[in-house]
Amino acid sequence: MEQAFQHTPTPQELADLKARELDAICVNESELVHPWWHNLKYAAWGILFGIVFVKAEIVSWFRIQEMFRFESFHMYGVIGTAVVVGLISVLLIKRTKAKTIYGEEIHIPNKEFNKGQIYGGLLFGLGWAITGACPGPLFAQMGAGFGVISITFLSAVAGTWVYGLLRDKLPH
Amino acid sequence: MLEAIKQPWPWYVAGALIGLTVPYLLLVGNKSFGISSSLRHMCAACLPANIKFFQYDWKKEVWNLFFVGGIALGALLAAQFLSDPNPVVLSEPTAAYLAEKGITDTTSLMPSEIFSWDQLFTLRGLIFFVIGGFMVGFGTRYAGGCTSGHAIMGLSSLQWPSLIATCCFMVGGIAMTWLILPFLLTL
Repeated sequence: MEQAFQHTPTPQELADLKARELDAICVNESELVHPWWHNLKYAAWGILFGIVFVKAEIVSWFRIQEMFRFESFHMYGVIGTAVVVGLISVLLIKRTKAKTIYGEEIHIPNKEFNKGQIYGGLLFGLGWAITGACPGPLFAQMGAGFGVISITFLSAVAGTWVYGLLRDKLPH
Repeated sequence: MLEAIKQPWPWYVAGALIGLTVPYLLLVGNKSFGISSSLRHMCAACLPANIKFFQYDWKKEVWNLFFVGGIALGALLAAQFLSDPNPVVLSEPTAAYLAEKGITDTTSLMPSEIFSWDQLFTLRGLIFFVIGGFMVGFGTRYAGGCTSGHAIMGLSSLQWPSLIATCCFMVGGIAMTWLILPFLLTL
């Protein structure tokens, strides 16, 4: 915190931000610059997240089959609770005008509609039911020792890359 | 205590902790929760290949890579030290259906009949690892997010495009599970 300093973005940095924001929901530009180890707070939460993923069996192919077959409440309970907790948190943050631990104003970027959310969403759904994994669980499955999932993971990276290659030709 | 932790965790504990990721990331660094973007940052870092979509300073999004690295490490810790020795308890109709398709090994989180190295160079391996993974990577980026970015972060912040995306995830998954997977599982 003490090493953070204010920084006004240059036009080039703003153009870079625009590029990063493309088709992404999770871009936030901070005006603060931190040393690398500040990222450990994300790694720490990731570790907790990974433990939850494995212990609640969210990364299990079986649980995804149950969900899409409507034969278990488990995954609906997990996602439903997460949305409710997230919703209340966002409301509280907005209501109290909470700031980040560095005193920055909290900003949640708006997601704009495009047809990709339909075509891409359907395609991802098809893949989710086959692999039993969305991107987060892919990392957890590899970490939990399912080595062959590294092939699924590399294919997912390849899919992302090919999307980038074809992006301008796809309907949006 | 440790014995209780080793049992499978109930949905409300997992759901609450996952939901708390949203305020945690906002409060510690003004970050919106999302995981699939990490795949894009990896492309931008390793093989941008002059593609406009990957021409940005990925180092500014490096927090996302720390986060997914943490997920892998956490999963490793859970599998090493907190693992439940009992098989996965499946709902009866799902277990019966899968048994009919020859999938009976519930000793770990993934069925060994599909997700093992000896399946890699089979038609099954091609579909379940290579094509399935490709659809996950391509689809999430085309949709602009995955279960975390759209279903959890997007719905939590009341963004209607995320509701559309989430519905499409479910429709795709249900179509695959009921119409195509029964055939793929017999390959």
